[in-house]
Amino acid sequence: MEKKRKIRIMIAKPGLDGHDRGARILARFFRDAGYEVIYTGCHQTPEQIAQAAIQEDVDLVGLSCLSGAHRLLFPQVVSQLKAHGAEDITVIGGGIIPEQDFPLLAEAGIKAIFTPGASLESILQWVLDNVGG
Amino acid sequence: MTASSNDREKANKIREGDVRTASRLIRNLEDKIPEAKTTLKHIFRHTGKAHIIGITGSPGAGKSTITDALIAAYRREGKTVGVLAVDPSSPFTGGAILGDRIRMQRHAEDPGVFVRSLATRGALGGLSNAVGDAIHVLDAMGKDKIIIETVGTGQQEVEIINYAHTVVVLLVPGMGDEIQALKAGIMEIADIFVINKADRPGAKQLESIISSLLDMAPGFPGGWRPPTVKVENVFESAPFNERTGELRETIDKHYQLLIESALLGDHLKRKTLMEIQEAIRMAIIEPVLQDLTRTGRLEEMTRRIMNKEADPYSLAEEAAGSYLKNIPR
Repeated sequence: MEKKRKIRIMIAKPGLDGHDRGARILARFFRDAGYEVIYTGCHQTPEQIAQAAIQEDVDLVGLSCLSGAHRLLFPQVVSQLKAHGAEDITVIGGGIIPEQDFPLLAEAGIKAIFTPGASLESILQWVLDNVGG
Repeated sequence: MTASSNDREKANKIREGDVRTASRLIRNLEDKIPEAKTTLKHIFRHTGKAHIIGITGSPGAGKSTITDALIAAYRREGKTVGVLAVDPSSPFTGGAILGDRIRMQRHAEDPGVFVRSLATRGALGGLSNAVGDAIHVLDAMGKDKIIIETVGTGQQEVEIINYAHTVVVLLVPGMGDEIQALKAGIMEIADIFVINKADRPGAKQLESIISSLLDMAPGFPGGWRPPTVKVENVFESAPFNERTGELRETIDKHYQLLIESALLGDHLKRKTLMEIQEAIRMAIIEPVLQDLTRTGRLEEMTRRIMNKEADPYSLAEEAAGSYLKNIPR
């Protein structure tokens, strides 16, 4: 019996941003798709998020930010993961993110960005294609 | 590098407290990757030092919040803490939301604290099947205190007693009358009762219900009558810290009693017996099932049973018989 690996996803909200409805909907959606989802709540520092991701041994971190601080906070999560030897953990982001910031985030190691209007199915498809199911 | 030296290196890393190696090993144990057991063999010798504390109670009783407060209380004492927080898997999709650590994230940057969420993955006793192995990993990392937070329990999920030295049962006012307290199950397993949210109406009545319940008990092992700690004012840090500090002291007092009496030895013996039985079950059943699946015989058996050409009991005896014959003695 070849056992399939269970994919673990962490949904996290860095910085001073209490708008977590989207994050919760996404967590629930991934749950219903059969993933184990760790949700860490609002107001997290990049270091807290990176440490939690390592302790939980997740495959994917989904960052949500609606405050405008994504340019600073998203790259810091990636660099914190790297600093702890966990650069193999995939990081994606979502929120109110202007298109002109995409290149900066891509260069910082954010593998995908989803903005308002992105369907849950399109996010799931990306995860299936790039992380697994 | 040989497999064995690789495993030994992993084991050493875990003993040095390497978080990445430890969390990956726990993951592999959850996923039942065979190599994970090999690493476990190397660390087993170094386990058995930690004090294991179980926190159980109904959904929303405050298990994660109390766990967070206990982490803080133990850190003030200079103790290192490992936490295993269990949440339920969906019986339909196998997915899970693991949300216990939201309450504990203030400790995420503290290297003296390791928090790991586990999904039940179909286990029914309020824990995950991997919890025993995960405890060994945290124990080998050298954590002084290991706190196991069960799923939100009903009346029957009492498996925590097989693992924890000290079981804390959380109750909140207004959950039922004396008859609930008389029932078997969760009310029997407490070493310590916590009345959480004790600023709500009904806390006094709950306290007297617990007390009269204990008055009816035939006796207490080691003379330990489970004390009740009331916790309230979660939003006022000074009194809350004081009450949860008191809980921390009571938990340690219980462990001290176990150490000073023969009870710790009894506990270890019970746990070890359970562990070896489970290991034997896994060592025998898993390879048999794997072989039956690989050769297609399991499918064949299923077909014959569905057609009523055979019954599952005879086929199982037949399969067991043929495998047991091949075991070298």
